[in-house]
Amino acid sequence: MADEIKIGAYICKGCGLGDRLDIGQLEMTATRDGKAAICQQHDFLCSDAGVKMIQDDIDNEGVNRVVIAACSRRAKTDAFAFDNVTLSRANLREGVIWVRPDEDDQQETTQEMADDYVRMACAEAKYMKVPQASGQQGVNKNILIAGGGISGMTAALEASKAGYPCTIVEKTGALGGATAQLYKKIPTKSPYADPEDNGVAELIAAVEADSNITVCLNSTLTNTAGAPGRFEADITTESGSTETKSFGAIVQASGFKPYDANQLTEFSYTKSQDVITQAELEALAIAADGGPIKRPSDGKEVENVMFIQCAGQRSKKEGHLEHCSGFCCSASIKQAMYFKDQNPDIDTTVLYTDLRTPGAGGENFYRSGQKKGIIFTKGIATEVVHSKNPIVKFKDLILDEDVEDEVDLVVLATGMVPNSGQPTRAELTQSDNDDIAADKAGEEREIRIDVESILNLDYRQGKDVPHMENGFADSHFICFPYETQRTGIYTAGPTRRPMDTTQAMDDAMGAAMKAISEAENAGLGKAAHPRVADLSFPSFRAEGCTQCKRCTVECPFGAINETEDGYPEFNESRCRRCGTCMGACPVRVISFENYSIDTVGQQLKAVDIPDEFEEKPRMLILACENDAYPALDMAAQNKIEYSAFTRVIPVRCLGSVSLSWITDSMNSGFDGIMLMGCPSGDDYQCHFVKGSGTAQERMGKVGDTLESLSLEKERVQTFEISITDIHKVPKLINDMAETIEQIGMSPFKF
Amino acid sequence: MSDLNTGMVEKYRNNFLKEVEANVEEGDWVKMCMQCGVCSGSCPLGPHWDHPPQELFMMIRAGKRDEVLQSTSMWMCTSCYNCIVRCPRELPITHIMHGLAHYATRLGIEPKGQPTRQFAQLFWDNLAKNGRVNELWLGVNLYFMNGFVEGIKVAMGMAGIGLGMLKSGRLSLKELIGGHTVKDKKGFKAMIKKAQELEAARVDGSN
Repeated sequence: MADEIKIGAYICKGCGLGDRLDIGQLEMTATRDGKAAICQQHDFLCSDAGVKMIQDDIDNEGVNRVVIAACSRRAKTDAFAFDNVTLSRANLREGVIWVRPDEDDQQETTQEMADDYVRMACAEAKYMKVPQASGQQGVNKNILIAGGGISGMTAALEASKAGYPCTIVEKTGALGGATAQLYKKIPTKSPYADPEDNGVAELIAAVEADSNITVCLNSTLTNTAGAPGRFEADITTESGSTETKSFGAIVQASGFKPYDANQLTEFSYTKSQDVITQAELEALAIAADGGPIKRPSDGKEVENVMFIQCAGQRSKKEGHLEHCSGFCCSASIKQAMYFKDQNPDIDTTVLYTDLRTPGAGGENFYRSGQKKGIIFTKGIATEVVHSKNPIVKFKDLILDEDVEDEVDLVVLATGMVPNSGQPTRAELTQSDNDDIAADKAGEEREIRIDVESILNLDYRQGKDVPHMENGFADSHFICFPYETQRTGIYTAGPTRRPMDTTQAMDDAMGAAMKAISEAENAGLGKAAHPRVADLSFPSFRAEGCTQCKRCTVECPFGAINETEDGYPEFNESRCRRCGTCMGACPVRVISFENYSIDTVGQQLKAVDIPDEFEEKPRMLILACENDAYPALDMAAQNKIEYSAFTRVIPVRCLGSVSLSWITDSMNSGFDGIMLMGCPSGDDYQCHFVKGSGTAQERMGKVGDTLESLSLEKERVQTFEISITDIHKVPKLINDMAETIEQIGMSPFKF
Repeated sequence: MSDLNTGMVEKYRNNFLKEVEANVEEGDWVKMCMQCGVCSGSCPLGPHWDHPPQELFMMIRAGKRDEVLQSTSMWMCTSCYNCIVRCPRELPITHIMHGLAHYATRLGIEPKGQPTRQFAQLFWDNLAKNGRVNELWLGVNLYFMNGFVEGIKVAMGMAGIGLGMLKSGRLSLKELIGGHTVKDKKGFKAMIKKAQELEAARVDGSN
């Protein structure tokens, strides 16, 4: 079947298409220019009858390349889903009639637009193949969980309940992690008024009673190789014995360590025994066990305690944490209650700048603290003077005055530092970069990293999942929580972002769910978010490869290893199908079955370019299918008009854009090119993390190429578009059209 | 300094918050303030207060007894109830303001010569006499509050309005000699007396 290409083009007349466009001409374009073997019209193509018409042709006429000229590829996906054929969509509704005025004098350019889209879809169809999974791995239901704290245990219990066997690897000799060190925890149930038992004992009992969960204590992961569906992890015990087990997916719940309060010299932490951290107060509370809490220096029962919030965090000072750890305000309220519940006459003051009590019950808990008589003072602590009783100096921000307060005990609310393992090369600081430079120069030097690796990944791109600046594992907070830049490895709890116990347990459920779905997807050779269920994966022509390693370096997900002889080695199930490798490849040898240099390159060549004197410029837009293309569709739904000289081609990610497409389109006479990707940088919105940023970098060099061709720089422009920019996008297009009018038509027209 | 004031200082020492909770109407709400400042922003007279409500609450917690009780701030409250409606913590702020003013008066440390306070006293004295407000005397007393010369000046300025009110029957010269009363003046007096007894009992109880 696959050998002989047979294109079937189907043109819809519904949604006003039949009234606005010359369907007969489109049919002629499809058969004559597009070489469609079969071309049919239908009044209502997405109806049962319309779909049946297409299916009949597939079944009886041997059509294996379906071209649908109707609405956007984002619409009616349920109706237009056919097995074992490729599908190309000419966007005549959102791409043409909805963005052009229904006026007689505009008819000609509107029809040209539609004709081009039909040609482009047919050209794409010619170069697409039906994707087939590589079969690199089968379904492996085992889930590996790194870390035996409450996040890890919750993830294990949840996955086990869903029928997925779990292995917890815990570095210490006991389950429970940081929460086990708490006297009580922040309440999780209505009315959220009093501290609650930490719940660790119940969790441990549940884990131990679950035959589906294996616990490896005193163990670490010394090597993790493979890919989703076929991870091979070496679990090494303290004594040195190693066991290798295979897993479908991994949840990393390696928790946090408290910030090192020794750095807080201004608060006399090192000098005074009565200046302690929240973690240390928990130990005192456990020792007191409901009785009066005694201070460390002289064992005096505490009558007056001050909590200093944001100690060493939310600050840009050297050595301080920049982030808010999110749990410490609630923790201080909880700890002040340890005192108040025992004796309401104990003075407890929480010195805060912004009180933040996240979570459903946070506000109730704050109120409960106020009702119990905890005093909340808005101010900034400047110093703690070491004396018999510590003296806290602070600036009261409401009363605008400097205050000194002598108390029995000072508690510092220090933040969370994630245990997320080693940074990858890209994240290393300047001094480390020097090492890399030396590395590149050929002097092989081991980069000095103090942090112990958690996963010890056998990936070319580093031993652990990439981090953000503050050390937390990178995952897009809103669009794809739990996910990391390593497919099949999901983070939960404070590894991902600072959080309290309730949030960590919710988080663990989410990560477990992600791990389960990835284990299943990988087994079937299907992609994970955002191209869910895509079966295609990159492959390369070895004879053309120059072993430049650009694909292995630029892959945002570390999907590509190198073989011993220096060729790329694609791990299908690590791949998210963004195509950044394809865009990176200078010799254009990387392609997907249904997305390649040709599927896009032939589309732009199929556009009919009128000669210079017709005064009809052509602008090519390569739009990210995740944000920019939907924004264009939505602009169309709002009937916002844009230039009729625009031809839009969706791309998987701006990172997949090959420079050859730019040079080809310039050569074939396009007057302008607009590249639309997601916002990049620290607050990136790129669905493939680095794709749009990589593209920006590459396109930065396009200007020189244009100049060498004596073309104006303005002809190729890159834009960062969010999905909500529905009014901005048409304006940008029209501005571009104006720019082209000013600088004139491209001299490369024939 | 009154005896009551000295007694209270003695009793609560440094814990002014507890004093407020025990003695000020709705005072036990003060600790619930979360310092968002919506009350201060909502007050139509906000810019004229020395310390807006949220700041007063913070001062109470910080034990600034004299600054709070001798402040003119809570006397600025016009009972528009904007703050109560908007307070996310649902504090009865208007009532607390009046409670603080009243407590300061009881202690005898309220700011002397504060016009709102003076007018409130005039109004109460006027009303409590006959059970009805005697507009004429209330006006006269108000105008001459700051002395005779000032009173004449203010009265002259208001003459036009006064004559208009006389003409339309909104004001009667008969008010100068007694004026109108409630139907059952004896009953009214008995009611006020009972209320004062109850209040005194409450204050004693809380002391």
